[in-house]
Amino acid sequence: MAVHTSQSVVKAAGENDARGRSRGTGTPPPAPGRFRRGLSTHWYAWTMVAPVVLVIGVIIGYPLLRGIYLSMTDADERNVARSIGVNELPATYKFVGADNYIDALTGSQFLGTLGWTLVWTVSCVSITFVLGMGLANILNRRIAGRSAYRMALILPWAIPGFVSVFAWRFLYNEERGLLNKILGGAGIDGIPWLNDPTWAKFAVIAVNVWLGIPFMMVALLGGLQSIPSEQYEAAEMDGATAWQRFRHITLPGLRPVSTTVILLSTIWTFNMFPVIFLLTRGGPGEATQILVTQAYKFSFEISPRDFAQSSTWGVLILVLLMLFAVIYRRVLRTQGDNW
Amino acid sequence: MSTVTDAPAPARHAGPKVRLRGERSPLASIGLHLTLIIASVIAVFPVLWVLLTSLKPAKFATTTDFFRETTFVNYTNLIRDTEFLNWFANSAIIAGLSTLIGVFVAATTGYAVSRFRFPGKRGLMWTLLITQMFPVAVLIVPIYNIMANLGLLNQPAGLVITYLTISVPFCAWMMKGFFDTIPREIDESGEVDGLTPFGTFFRLILPLAKPGLAVTAFYSFITAWGEVAYASAFLVGDENLTLAGGLQKFVNQYGAQWGPMTAASVLIAIPAALVFLFAQKHLVTGMSAGAVKG
Repeated sequence: MAVHTSQSVVKAAGENDARGRSRGTGTPPPAPGRFRRGLSTHWYAWTMVAPVVLVIGVIIGYPLLRGIYLSMTDADERNVARSIGVNELPATYKFVGADNYIDALTGSQFLGTLGWTLVWTVSCVSITFVLGMGLANILNRRIAGRSAYRMALILPWAIPGFVSVFAWRFLYNEERGLLNKILGGAGIDGIPWLNDPTWAKFAVIAVNVWLGIPFMMVALLGGLQSIPSEQYEAAEMDGATAWQRFRHITLPGLRPVSTTVILLSTIWTFNMFPVIFLLTRGGPGEATQILVTQAYKFSFEISPRDFAQSSTWGVLILVLLMLFAVIYRRVLRTQGDNW
Repeated sequence: MSTVTDAPAPARHAGPKVRLRGERSPLASIGLHLTLIIASVIAVFPVLWVLLTSLKPAKFATTTDFFRETTFVNYTNLIRDTEFLNWFANSAIIAGLSTLIGVFVAATTGYAVSRFRFPGKRGLMWTLLITQMFPVAVLIVPIYNIMANLGLLNQPAGLVITYLTISVPFCAWMMKGFFDTIPREIDESGEVDGLTPFGTFFRLILPLAKPGLAVTAFYSFITAWGEVAYASAFLVGDENLTLAGGLQKFVNQYGAQWGPMTAASVLIAIPAALVFLFAQKHLVTGMSAGAVKG
């Protein structure tokens, strides 16, 4: 099974390659006749996708290769090429093979961070999905003031992330934040929302759920509206209860939407840099540090900046997510979805 | 369980357990409204609280009163004493260009992937998905180097290109799903009338795709408007910053003074909310098409 899926990725990469050549940028294609025929048939399709391929190729492709290369060296701030005044110092880092990967996978830091990253991703996605589903179902009914509710509920999405994260920091503030003042008013001791490892974990998840629900809700609401009402009418004729209708019509009907949004939000949450970075900077200690913020820290915040380790973590993140996407697709396909 | 035994009874006369859609007891209505109200309050409150705080004099910023000596002094100070307007203009240029180019590019890509079979299509779809997985942390240093070599650091163009790589993959997927819902017969009729594929796309399909375009524009704009990591790495110098970078500088500069921070937050949220208002009508239809077929 795994062999099959990895083939599809390889094949995909191969196809990419072929497209690159056919735009006449690289080595000559193996079959010029076929290439020319391809060009005359497909030139408009290729023209339409060319800008995306170009931008992604340059801005993502090169950095990726560079990152993979750096992850196999011992590059840090002291040995990369740099200029001090008028002197250009050449790079002196050397190739170390898989050492960084071995260090990362055998050390406790990577695995510990990965553990919390998984807890973070699974809790955020599942809570967001369940709440988003509930709200979407309510909003899909005939209910007074529906569009007003919908506007209010989508609002967190419309506010730039760093503004809403700032708003939450303001509420969470231990001495003067509103949440603790309310608790204090009720005679409860203030909670160190962002200063206690456990509470900080809870706090970051809460903020991410708050940020994520609008996307989930809107996508599921769209999905609900595309389920034909005849199905519900038929179920009503047969005397199905509300729960039975939900279980046997709504859930299967939402399947195409939910599989996509779960995949996307898993990927996004796994790499959710701004929430953690702006809310806690990974603290207190390293308690809320997920893989991507830790990798950022390696290359920007520690001294000397450790580019090699940062790249290693980055490549590992990518590999984990690709594995996830492939397995996810596989599971869906065995269940009969042709996604 | 008891409802299952009720099932043989004709639905119209079913017991109270089998409730039809659109029918509910007053108690259920109250429950639904209560749920929605609580959810809406949680959704709106943090933002509302920032707005209310920005209207209080700075010394009352951390009081729990909703209103206290309402004043615009935070706003006037912000605009007079800082580079806020510059940051705002920079952000507007960068987000505007990213949106314009992003929507166009995502639309052509989505259309090509939706309508044509061509070598590389599958690979492209995979690539678009995989680019979503790239952690900022790996890309940021190499992209920084590329931009430095191209002379695009501290230039809007550098960030615009970078933001395209963030928003276009998702937008292209969404547009593909949206184009899939537009009947192919329209393309064929265009072809019959002698339009080239480009003509068909621009004259027939694009006008029909407005909801999809609105969602794409919303997404691109919000992504560019609120991005922090690249903006703070690529831009230096007070007058070149975007809002995201500027606000961070501002925290250091003013310590924990909430007044100017909240005022800035409100002003930053306004354009985003306006774009949202413009797009929200289309959000549900546009997104669902994208997500269903994506």
